[in-house]
Amino acid sequence: MESNSLFYSLEFVAGSGDTLNIEQRTALQTSFVIMKKNYKFNRVLFWGKIRCLNGDYFIAQGRGEDEMKDKMNLYSFNCMDWFLLPPATDSMMEEVSRAAGGFFTGDPSFVYEHVEIRQRADGDEEEEVVTKVKEESRLAVTVHQIDEEVSVVPRGAFVRSLHGLVQVNRSFGGLSHSEAAKLDNFLHFRKPKNLKKKSIMEFGDLTPALDFMDVLSDDVPKGSWSLQFESAGTTCVLRSLLWLGLTFYHVPMTPQHGYVYIGDGTKNLNLPFML
Amino acid sequence: METVNGNQDRSEEKERTAEAFKAFLLKNNPKNNQNLYDHLTQLLIKVMDERPQNVLDVFEDLSRDVKRGLFEQKQNTLRDLPQTTAAELLAEQQRQLFSCTEEADQEDELVDTPFPNVSEIGFYLEQAGVGLGRMEMQRVFLAIQQLIKSEALQHCRLWGKILGTQSSYIVAEAEYKEGEEEEEEQSIEDTAVGETGEAGAQENEEDPLPQSSFKPPPVVPKEAIGTGANKCVYYVCSEAGLPWVKLPSVTPAQITIARQIRKFFTGKLDNPIDSYPPFPGNEANYLRAQIARISAGTQVSPRGFFQAGEEEGDEEDEAPRDSYEVNLDFECIPVAEMVESLSSWVHHVQHILQQGRCTWVNLAVKPEEETHDDDEEEEEEEEGALTEVGPPLLTPLTQDAGLFNTPPWSSKISSALTRQHAVAVLRSNLWPGAYAYACGKKFGNFYVGWGLKYTGKGFSPSVPPLPQKEYPSGPEITEALDPTLEEEQAEKEALEEQQAEQESLEESDEEEEEDD
Repeated sequence: MESNSLFYSLEFVAGSGDTLNIEQRTALQTSFVIMKKNYKFNRVLFWGKIRCLNGDYFIAQGRGEDEMKDKMNLYSFNCMDWFLLPPATDSMMEEVSRAAGGFFTGDPSFVYEHVEIRQRADGDEEEEVVTKVKEESRLAVTVHQIDEEVSVVPRGAFVRSLHGLVQVNRSFGGLSHSEAAKLDNFLHFRKPKNLKKKSIMEFGDLTPALDFMDVLSDDVPKGSWSLQFESAGTTCVLRSLLWLGLTFYHVPMTPQHGYVYIGDGTKNLNLPFML
Repeated sequence: METVNGNQDRSEEKERTAEAFKAFLLKNNPKNNQNLYDHLTQLLIKVMDERPQNVLDVFEDLSRDVKRGLFEQKQNTLRDLPQTTAAELLAEQQRQLFSCTEEADQEDELVDTPFPNVSEIGFYLEQAGVGLGRMEMQRVFLAIQQLIKSEALQHCRLWGKILGTQSSYIVAEAEYKEGEEEEEEQSIEDTAVGETGEAGAQENEEDPLPQSSFKPPPVVPKEAIGTGANKCVYYVCSEAGLPWVKLPSVTPAQITIARQIRKFFTGKLDNPIDSYPPFPGNEANYLRAQIARISAGTQVSPRGFFQAGEEEGDEEDEAPRDSYEVNLDFECIPVAEMVESLSSWVHHVQHILQQGRCTWVNLAVKPEEETHDDDEEEEEEEEGALTEVGPPLLTPLTQDAGLFNTPPWSSKISSALTRQHAVAVLRSNLWPGAYAYACGKKFGNFYVGWGLKYTGKGFSPSVPPLPQKEYPSGPEITEALDPTLEEEQAEKEALEEQQAEQESLEESDEEEEEDD
């Protein structure tokens, strides 16, 4: 969610129940300016909040030249002092998925331990494998996963140049009301993973500069998104049922859009039972 | 001279090429009678007029705009088809919320109004970091005011919001008013009559189906309106301004099944719930059951704000008390203490027992039947073993049990900078989305979320039981080998021999009779 328009954009996603109080908003406004200067970001986004047993993590995201690749995540407890999150690597993700679970504790140095007893291939000897993960890495992995799996942009909001640079589309005027009611017009903001081969009829309407990302309507399982019109029917609001807490908004016919995650940082693995 | 002539020739040639190129640019497109020359002129005029920054970046867009402008002036002969969008319909509905009635001006009514102080609650909730947004809150509160007027409710408050996949529910909680119980009971009787009618129809069938020997476990009776889980009545609407719908009262069976399933709400009250174990009712009942569970688990108040109600006589010592009244001598607990210790918070809604009721009822005792002495003894034993007693009303939160190594509550202070005017905020970890705040003598509870309980790392749905054996296995129904031809013939011969013997016996009998 763009930091410059944080005040009124938070109103659009408030239908999910979580907001920031006035103290946090004012603190963010000040600290984002400082952060942008210190880290030399092109723009700063308020990414969201992860609820913990004690306190909350506030997450901000700085974007560089390339909107998709040049991302940096930072976290804070008081909306004022920001700490850089390490980039999530594959080995880190594996360790976190094995060891960590449940609520976040609110202490970045907290260590999750997981003991697994494995049998060696050559004999009956048993080996204890201990995985230790710091909560800071878990936070980095969670933020990365949420960005990978459920970050959303409307179609046309970003363009990819011939050199592969992804940037904000300056002439994006927003989806129309009827377009905003369809999941086909919302894209995953990540490198395409399963860009479906389209038939030649469908392909006619697509532009390689705009349609370089996966479409939400191709997500599995079907129905992992809830699309509603809120704020007296004027704003299109998308909620992910896979990561409960992710809310995306777009005001049709205007370029305003954004997403925020306010939740406990756990994936809803029970989704198939719940639909 | 030659050079001058040469220069002239060259300049003439240049002019000619320029003219030729201009003629080429002026060449009309046969389809729409336009040419590039005019287009570029218009485009440059547009640039001169508008003077945008970094023209080169937006040049293509400008060009497209110019081209598009050519089409817009054409008159359309089609009739304009007005389409009403959902937002327009909703706006028409919400318009009624803002109509001011003259009766409200009378001051006497204002003093006694059951309507809560809206902006204050909204303010405290925002401090706590929850809420639906300021404008939405205002709309919801106006809708509640409308509800209070139309239904003449005594006490009504905003309970919260439950998110659904297609639309959400805004939930208002109200106390039952007198006389309402009778209506409900009547409707229950009507349904009961309907059921017996169906049973009668089954008996009339010529070929009755085999009767199952399965006896359903006794149905736990529903709690009376105004007590236990049915203490309050709930109204829901999907959007402020739309009509409120009253939810039916909850049965213990619905609560016990709701504990075993995990489903998203869809936003349609009449939607069936597809689940195992099967849920008795539709989404309205499921919603009501979840509201009852959330209320019982998360409605808390500062210790001492309520005190136990004075009961009429002490005869009901054993029964858990279910009434309380506002303690007028309540002294406010400092915010720091409210944040630090859970013992300064108490539940003011009764705990729901395993049975699905707040007060335990003994199913083994049937008042109509005269039982033998032995049976009574057994029942007493069972009663002793099975009686469930929940924690009494106004139990402090320190006695709450956590789940999956998670403490049941998290508390925080709303502001770290201005602690002296901060609000104590309590967040439930078992029901994510349930909040309570307290500040001085004010407190409140609010729920906004998906209406689902925390399940730790994963939820495993209960598996359907194994299919039962249809019949006891016996010789009548076990399949045997067909007899071969030889066996049949042997059988036949044996039968014939038997018959022959019988005939001879009969003949001898006749002979004997003749002798007599």
